[in-house]
Amino acid sequence: MPKQQANWSPYDNNGGSCVAIAGADYCVIAADTRMSTGYNILTRDYSKICKLADKCVMASSGFQADVKALQKHLAARHLIYQHQHNKQMSCPAMAQLLSNTLYYKRFFPYYSFNVLGGLDNEGKGCVFTYDAVGSYEKVGYSSQGSGSTLIMPFLDNQLKSPSPLLLPVQDAVTPLAEAEAVDLVKTVFASASERDIYTGDKLEIVVINADGIRREYMDLRKD
Amino acid sequence: MKLDTTGLEMAAPLWGSHSELVDGFSAAPSFELPITTDFDGFQKEAVQMVKPAKGTTTLAFIFKEGVMVAADSRASMGGYISSQSVKKIIEINPYMLGTMAGGAADCQFWHRNLGIKCRLHELANKRRISVTGASKLLANILYSYRGMGLSVGTMIAGWDETGPGLYYVDSEGGRLKGMRFSVGSGSPYAYGVLDNGYRYDMSVEEAAELARRAIYHATFRDGASGGVASVYYVGPNGWKKLSGDDVGELHYKYYPVMPSMVEQAMVEVAGA
Repeated sequence: MPKQQANWSPYDNNGGSCVAIAGADYCVIAADTRMSTGYNILTRDYSKICKLADKCVMASSGFQADVKALQKHLAARHLIYQHQHNKQMSCPAMAQLLSNTLYYKRFFPYYSFNVLGGLDNEGKGCVFTYDAVGSYEKVGYSSQGSGSTLIMPFLDNQLKSPSPLLLPVQDAVTPLAEAEAVDLVKTVFASASERDIYTGDKLEIVVINADGIRREYMDLRKD
Repeated sequence: MKLDTTGLEMAAPLWGSHSELVDGFSAAPSFELPITTDFDGFQKEAVQMVKPAKGTTTLAFIFKEGVMVAADSRASMGGYISSQSVKKIIEINPYMLGTMAGGAADCQFWHRNLGIKCRLHELANKRRISVTGASKLLANILYSYRGMGLSVGTMIAGWDETGPGLYYVDSEGGRLKGMRFSVGSGSPYAYGVLDNGYRYDMSVEEAAELARRAIYHATFRDGASGGVASVYYVGPNGWKKLSGDDVGELHYKYYPVMPSMVEQAMVEVAGA
């Protein structure tokens, strides 16, 4: 019998884009709410953002079933951590946990492109960006998903932060104020919706600062 | 006398049960494998889909004063630059460095795992692990995953009781001891500059400048390399980061724009 190719793939791409920007004392995480498959829209109202810990939020685009499984896994591990250590996980700790969780499925990956945003132990904003198998780095800003190739160059232009590898060390967080960063995110998604078919409908913005977590919505193009 | 064969056991139990994540680290972590008739084909598809970041230039060489390690910082996914600030020189412990080339996640994970094993060795044996030993630990793990699609091309550089040590280890299972290595898509260009300028008895500054130039020239000609050229020095007291320079700025430092000599200035002519 000739070798047969699989006519079923366990993966699908539900599209969408996510962005995160780190500031001196805040962090902005945003994602659109469109969920699609192929050329069809499944729903216009799906949240890609998940709160993992008090000061730690993750936005993921890609295959939402894998994203949901990943979120549940991390929430469970966070609960165990809280039982064992009697405190919430810090953002850098959650970042390492996410990296290891992704790599443990190295040979059957989570099809999930994540950005993690939050405040570190000193209250400074931090953003971590990932690939699908767990390689990660701390950055000043990042975008993932179908619109990332459109969004990243714009963020580079507006926020170009010095590389953390330069010597003498320079700070990576943006000097922008919180309101300006939120405005920038809205502009960026409005542009991305114009040119990326998988990005649109509604924008969900989450802002983390010393006062807590705040959520905001903005309408995007529905076509 | 029964020989201790724990070191010879397969690090990766293929069909073993999924071990608890919080379990001890004496055995290598076990991985769930997809249940499929065509494992290789599936892995090829998965790799196409996730397109791990690769394309790089890293180099390391031993000289009189110790080991010099340098790398660029660009990560590319196909033709897209996914990051210009990737840390490709990984600090395994205060006296040993590893370089990253190939799959970023593979290198990050296994170098961290190696750091854990080195620390366990220190605690169990009350002395630091040698560079030979550390590179062997990594090579054995990678060999056990041979053929499964890991992509790792790394150099382990360090200073132990026998002096400076440098090994090249890759995901095919190869492990080579040497004095000079360069790994990655930009390595041919780096080798050209490195081999030409290398002398065993250089000072630390000269060796750092040679490493920096080699990385710069590789980033100039190789599209998949760029970003920031980092240079580290490993000496008897451990490693120290010597410099991190943006390669764009290095270009103008090495080849400054000269104002061209004007032989005859144009003179304004009044009227026609």
